[in-house]
Amino acid sequence: MKAGLQAWLARHAQTLLGSLGQIVRHPIAAAMTVAVIAVALALPLFFNVLLQNARAATANWNQAFELSVYLTQKAGVERAEALAKQLRGRPDVAAVRVITADQAFAEFRNSSGFGKALDALDANPLPNTLIVTPTLAASTPEATVALKTSIGAAADVDTVQLDTEWVQRLNAMLDVMRRVLWLTGGLLGLSVVLVVGNTIRLDILNRRDEIEVMKLVGATDGFARRPFLYSGVWYGLGGGIGAVLIVAIAVAVLSRPLGHLALLYGSPFHLAGLRFGSVARILGLSIALGWLGSWIAATRHIRAIEP
Amino acid sequence: MIRFDQVHKRYPNGRDALAGVSFTVEAGELAFLTGHSGAGKSSILKLIALIERPTRGQVVINNRNTATVKARGIPKFRQLIGVVFQDHKLLHDRPVAENVALPLIVSGVPRREIDKRMRAALDQVGLLGREKSRPLELSTGEQQRVGIARAIVAKPMLLIADEPTGNLDPELAFEIMQLFKRLNDVGVTVVVATHDIQLIDQFAAKRIVLAEGRVVLAEGAVV
Repeated sequence: MKAGLQAWLARHAQTLLGSLGQIVRHPIAAAMTVAVIAVALALPLFFNVLLQNARAATANWNQAFELSVYLTQKAGVERAEALAKQLRGRPDVAAVRVITADQAFAEFRNSSGFGKALDALDANPLPNTLIVTPTLAASTPEATVALKTSIGAAADVDTVQLDTEWVQRLNAMLDVMRRVLWLTGGLLGLSVVLVVGNTIRLDILNRRDEIEVMKLVGATDGFARRPFLYSGVWYGLGGGIGAVLIVAIAVAVLSRPLGHLALLYGSPFHLAGLRFGSVARILGLSIALGWLGSWIAATRHIRAIEP
Repeated sequence: MIRFDQVHKRYPNGRDALAGVSFTVEAGELAFLTGHSGAGKSSILKLIALIERPTRGQVVINNRNTATVKARGIPKFRQLIGVVFQDHKLLHDRPVAENVALPLIVSGVPRREIDKRMRAALDQVGLLGREKSRPLELSTGEQQRVGIARAIVAKPMLLIADEPTGNLDPELAFEIMQLFKRLNDVGVTVVVATHDIQLIDQFAAKRIVLAEGRVVLAEGAVV
């Protein structure tokens, strides 16, 4: 039994290497197939890297929500300080910053460029404002909405604005992008199966005589199919490695300008590349797709070859 | 070993290759299948190797009716029969050793065993030492002998050959035929299709003569 298993393993190892030899014998054709697979896999893989980076970046933003609390015009600075003190006592509030109407007006005057025009105003139209930062625990969408309602009910509060809405929109957009990624990934995966299938089909037609002879001396379809399945595995592995290389190069090329761009926005953002787990997954997937493509083609076409 | 019973074979193009052929070949016999080309010799060999199926009638090989062999069972069935082709059907990109060993490889014989038996088969056809040659480096007669070595390497009970001497000069043809005779002497049932009457006149063997898809003469071995 043990010897039988050894013989079986030896036979498979031999076929595995033999099929690699067959591929190497036609280097240009093989390289074309591998390149097509690599490009087809690199596209969704690269978008996946970008999406993961975007998600990682917005995950940080999720925890940095602030609520802007605008008081009514008649509420003075004292009332603002009192309300701030009261809010600081809440368990779901981490910090409260008071921006008085005068401070806000001065800042607006400086940054808006309306300096002279603002002088024409009789009075400061801006209200006193509190910037409320919720605690980490209270940063979920539900908790922040509850906090917003609660603060909005307090006396002298005009409106409370949640700064999360655009982040939620961004998240929804990322969700859509993720769906698009799955769809295109699925289609490109299908194209890998078709490309490998077509290559194997041509391989089989080229080696028709050989398969015929093997069948004449008693080879089963499964036996005749085996080397082609291994070819499919090699094509898949080659394409997967190619895709990983393409994405690694793309990340390397984009990393510096993206970091520079982020720095201009005052963010320490850094483009993360492929992790070991993703590389292992993509190689596994590409091998599986190559195997599937060759299995479909080989099963169909080898059965059709009869001496 | 072989029994044909009222076998008809009509090809998809409408040609009737066999029209009611009946004959038997006993185990251990040497039989020559003769007749003009187109008389049905090749069709009979194809029916034996299950390359074709009869349109009507029964083909029984080794007590098994071939009608009961399903497509999945064909490989196992063929592993019991050695076939020699007129055009050798060797793999030109593989060395002689691999060509001869092919039937053993496909039936899953262990590696060490394969080497031993491959050499024994090559020895029987007088080509020991040519394992590493490519088929195209050999003469036609040598290629034919490689084909015979491949047919006998799995020690089949039945050996069939389709015009094995068709492309050979008389001397080589005689040598090949002697080889078949020797194999028959050690117990293998051998059926050779040939139109070379002069050649087979030199051998004592059963004759089945075909004409236009019918058996016109079947006679036992004459010593």
